[in-house]
Amino acid sequence: MSDAKITVRKLSVFFGQVQSLRWVTMDVPRNKILGVIGPAGSGKTTFLRTLNRLNDLSPDTHIEGEVLLDGQDIHHPSFDVVGLRKRVGMVFALPVPLPMSIHDNVVYGPRLSGVKKSRLDELVETSLRAAVLWDEVKDRLHKSALRLSGGQQQRLCLARTLAMEPEVILLDEPCSGLDPISTAKIEEALTVLKAKYTIILVTNNTKQAARVADDTAFFLMGEMVEYGTTSQIFTVPRDKRTNDYVTGRFG
Amino acid sequence: MRIPPKYTQKAAVAVLAGATLVTLAVLLFIIGFVLDKGLPVVSFKFLFTNPEDMGRAGGIFPTLVGSVLLPLLAIAIAMPLGVGTAVYLTEYTRETRVTKVIRFGTDCLAGIPSIIFGLFGFIFFVAMLGFGWSLLSGGLTLAIMILPTIIRTSEEAIRAVPHSFREVSFSLGATRWETVIKVVLPNALPGIVTGVMLGVGRCISETAAVIFTAGLALRLPQSPFDSVRTMAVHYYVLVREGLSTENAYGTAAILIIAVLLVNMTAYWLMHRFIARRTK
Repeated sequence: MSDAKITVRKLSVFFGQVQSLRWVTMDVPRNKILGVIGPAGSGKTTFLRTLNRLNDLSPDTHIEGEVLLDGQDIHHPSFDVVGLRKRVGMVFALPVPLPMSIHDNVVYGPRLSGVKKSRLDELVETSLRAAVLWDEVKDRLHKSALRLSGGQQQRLCLARTLAMEPEVILLDEPCSGLDPISTAKIEEALTVLKAKYTIILVTNNTKQAARVADDTAFFLMGEMVEYGTTSQIFTVPRDKRTNDYVTGRFG
Repeated sequence: MRIPPKYTQKAAVAVLAGATLVTLAVLLFIIGFVLDKGLPVVSFKFLFTNPEDMGRAGGIFPTLVGSVLLPLLAIAIAMPLGVGTAVYLTEYTRETRVTKVIRFGTDCLAGIPSIIFGLFGFIFFVAMLGFGWSLLSGGLTLAIMILPTIIRTSEEAIRAVPHSFREVSFSLGATRWETVIKVVLPNALPGIVTGVMLGVGRCISETAAVIFTAGLALRLPQSPFDSVRTMAVHYYVLVREGLSTENAYGTAAILIIAVLLVNMTAYWLMHRFIARRTK
């Protein structure tokens, strides 16, 4: 576990009586892209939202097992949740720009963390550049983010997460509503970003995982069926269910 | 026999348009009637001079001031309390039996006749706490009266802010309080303003609760402990005592114009606020 950024041990998540995740154990390596694939309802999103404790917001959530970030238990009572979310950023499936300007969206997180005013402009530019959006919006930073196209909004959400300078980036099907060109831009950004960040990419698009992920985990009905390097998962899967899913033979 | 949809459609349009028309007609008739009778009396002098001879002659200046100060005081007290309660109920508590009881209580409070609030204010603020008939007693009483409206409308407005906004804010490392201040309240503001405006409207037009708590003095108040008379009360006294029908209508006209102005300003401010955030 030496090089693991996140260590998950026997993680189970319940919403009321419903168990959404059972006994998931894995090590998420540093500075790589982990692809998480699986059909709808397989627990991918639940898994992702456990890593920044966003599931805490839903009533009746119950968690067993442990999640360690750099060896520290994130569910420990003394662990700072707000600080956790600053270290583990998230991009949601649907782009949700806050109803404010592009600039204000990007600096939302940094401002809360008390980043100096003089640094904000620079941060806006580097974040938007990293998300491959700068050239399209540099002349209208103070216009509302709501006027951007869907693909631009999603890249803005990525920039907004990058501006917090997190250590881990969680992406929950970030390209589900996007056209192929916007998708390519996001993927391009991700492959560059992994040099600095640990990235977990949940996707419904198995081809996307094959394209950008270094490692891939396959989830089914709340369980992690298989976890290995992307090439192994897609060429010589050990489990028959994984094979069925990645070859598209799945019901 | 089934009536063809073509006719039911036409009938529905006719009924709905008719209902709208009747509502509008009644409203326009009342406003037109009052303005027609009242406006001839209104002049610069009527607005800005003191009444003479109990209001039989002279202007309405002190009651104008009363109608501005009293609702302002009531809103200044009720808005922080009401919005605070709404934020607490929606953002800081899970839906339990206790919150349901609180909500039910607020709804009941909203339905209590204003004269009851007047009596309560008289007994509690005027007599027990010894504030006398005063701006303060009146403001506190009106604040309690409009509190339920402000709580409920603010609550609805806050609930209508998409859940995804909150999630985004939390995921960017905001605390609950920062999320409330930076995301929830700005987006709920139009709804909150609507609730507050309803409250202002009720304060301006309230008579029963005000007579019992703020009194009838026809002087300019010098302190919060002085009695004031609002335009609505002035109108009531003028008509009830048969002092001056013309001045009563003049006062009524100003009252209606004031309510219109307050609403128009509020909506103008609100639209400017929204436009600034989405341009």
